[in-house]
Amino acid sequence: MAITYTSGEQVEVYRFSLPATILIPLAAIFLQAFLPLRVPFFAIFDLPMLVTIAFATARRNPMAGLFTGGIIGIIQDSLTPHPIGLFGIAKTIVGFGASSLGIKIDVENMGARFLLTIFFYVLHEVVYFVIGRGLVGLHIAWSWPHELVSGIANAVLGIFIFMLLDRLKQRI
Amino acid sequence: MESVLGRYRNLIVLVGVLFAQVLGLAVQVKRTNDSEPTRLIRVWVVGTVTPLEKGLAWAQFSTSSVWHNYFYLRGVRAENRSLKAQLERMSIDQARLSQDADQARRLQALLGFKEKFVSQTMAAQVIGGSGSESSHSVYIDKGERDHIKPDMAVITGEGVVGKVLHVYHSSSQILLINDQSSGVGALLDKTRTQGILHGTPAGETSLDKVMSDEDVSAGESVLTSGGDGVFPKGLLVGHVTKVGTGSDVFLNIQVRPAADLSRLEEVLVVTKVDERQAEPEQAGVSRGVDILAARLPGVPAKVEAPQKDGSESAAVAPKSPVAKPGDGVNASAAPKPAVAKPSVPGAIPAETTAEKSASQNADPAPTAAKPRTMPVSATPRSSFAAPSTSATSAPKSVTTPKPKDAVLPTNRVPPPPAAAQDSPQ
Repeated sequence: MAITYTSGEQVEVYRFSLPATILIPLAAIFLQAFLPLRVPFFAIFDLPMLVTIAFATARRNPMAGLFTGGIIGIIQDSLTPHPIGLFGIAKTIVGFGASSLGIKIDVENMGARFLLTIFFYVLHEVVYFVIGRGLVGLHIAWSWPHELVSGIANAVLGIFIFMLLDRLKQRI
Repeated sequence: MESVLGRYRNLIVLVGVLFAQVLGLAVQVKRTNDSEPTRLIRVWVVGTVTPLEKGLAWAQFSTSSVWHNYFYLRGVRAENRSLKAQLERMSIDQARLSQDADQARRLQALLGFKEKFVSQTMAAQVIGGSGSESSHSVYIDKGERDHIKPDMAVITGEGVVGKVLHVYHSSSQILLINDQSSGVGALLDKTRTQGILHGTPAGETSLDKVMSDEDVSAGESVLTSGGDGVFPKGLLVGHVTKVGTGSDVFLNIQVRPAADLSRLEEVLVVTKVDERQAEPEQAGVSRGVDILAARLPGVPAKVEAPQKDGSESAAVAPKSPVAKPGDGVNASAAPKPAVAKPSVPGAIPAETTAEKSASQNADPAPTAAKPRTMPVSATPRSSFAAPSTSATSAPKSVTTPKPKDAVLPTNRVPPPPAAAQDSPQ
């Protein structure tokens, strides 16, 4: 079992099997594209972002986190009519941040996961908004109440996704 | 130096990855109109995701079909009765409207109008969306192999949905009309004021470029104007929900799309649009009275009334406001028989032999190209006022519509076939 040492505390590092590494993000992207058409309320969730956070915090490797987030984001971008890179950049930052933070704090705790998800959801939306408006010229609407409610909804769903992925992660 | 690179390795890689993506974005934004540099990535991703979506959509559709067609049949009988009654009503409406449409076609033919007609559509199933709140697009299960091409219009029975944006081998991406990057040439039904329908960031639609001095009311229908080159003219887009004063000289008009864009299941892709000159229908016009007569049991056919003089017959039977082009009938001179083809708006007046001879005596036969009487709409709903002005040049007389012309007669018998068609001598 590989253990990293940060500030005198021991932190466990996990990995995921190759099928899980490929199929889980793909399933998240697929469900994100498929479900909102049948259940419009589902559009407030961002499953690929939750998977990015879950993978990044479990691996605790910033390099792996940023590449995971970047690839998931680019795939998600490919399904939209907008230029590729909007979700890519946002999720790259989220993946890097989540894995970096995962080294420093205990992310096994449910409360920490809840707050972490809200924080990274808002960060994700802010980055998307800034890049979308500033670089691409999209007229993206911004509403703090909407973002906060979406953040809380994503955090609640994130707890279940974290629990699900806990079963699939393997100790190194 | 090495220690610095090693220490900040993660940060350097992050900056490098972000820089590469920003650079890629900039290239795409700059080259959006020229080419599609990210085509390959999109093809791979769409090729991976859409088969799953198709499979799941098929499973959902099959399950739903079995459930609704074999198990959940509550209220079907009542619904069936209601639909039958509705069908009866609509058949009568259709007959009346077809006559109006025929009249409109004749007027358009006279004016040399060219229209675009939806001549071929392809049904497609919606299999997935974009997965993003900020973009409104869906994927359908038809692509290049089904001869789908970019910029084809996509509609449903309710109204306009969007247009084909990207085409892949077996699927296509549809940009919905409520996406902020979409634009539809639209016009208001009553005032015929043109504008541009845009999507908003919140996923709503608004009609722009309508001057603030225009009279627009909530509930008014919004149709396609055909000016965008994508959507044929006259398709229903939606209805005005709110009219406000904008910051500029334009109104702020919110429109609710007629098609439910949040719950799309099946759509029609307009694969062929014909541009052709409007031509009047020569046959096959069924009238509401005929349908009613066919449904009523044992109604004997009326015996043709004896011919009376023109003034009396005009009082009994309303003259048709529309004369068939090339009839050679001077309405002011030719007396109308008591029993003629019903003079609903758009109907072609039938003539008896006596009437024909009277018209021949009254006026020599005109050429087939120039009608002797100009059609004038008797119904206020018709928007073709132009012919009445142009009537001063070609026709010799204009029949004045009478108020009762607009009323659908219910006790007429069909005219004899010989009198139905009349050609100039």
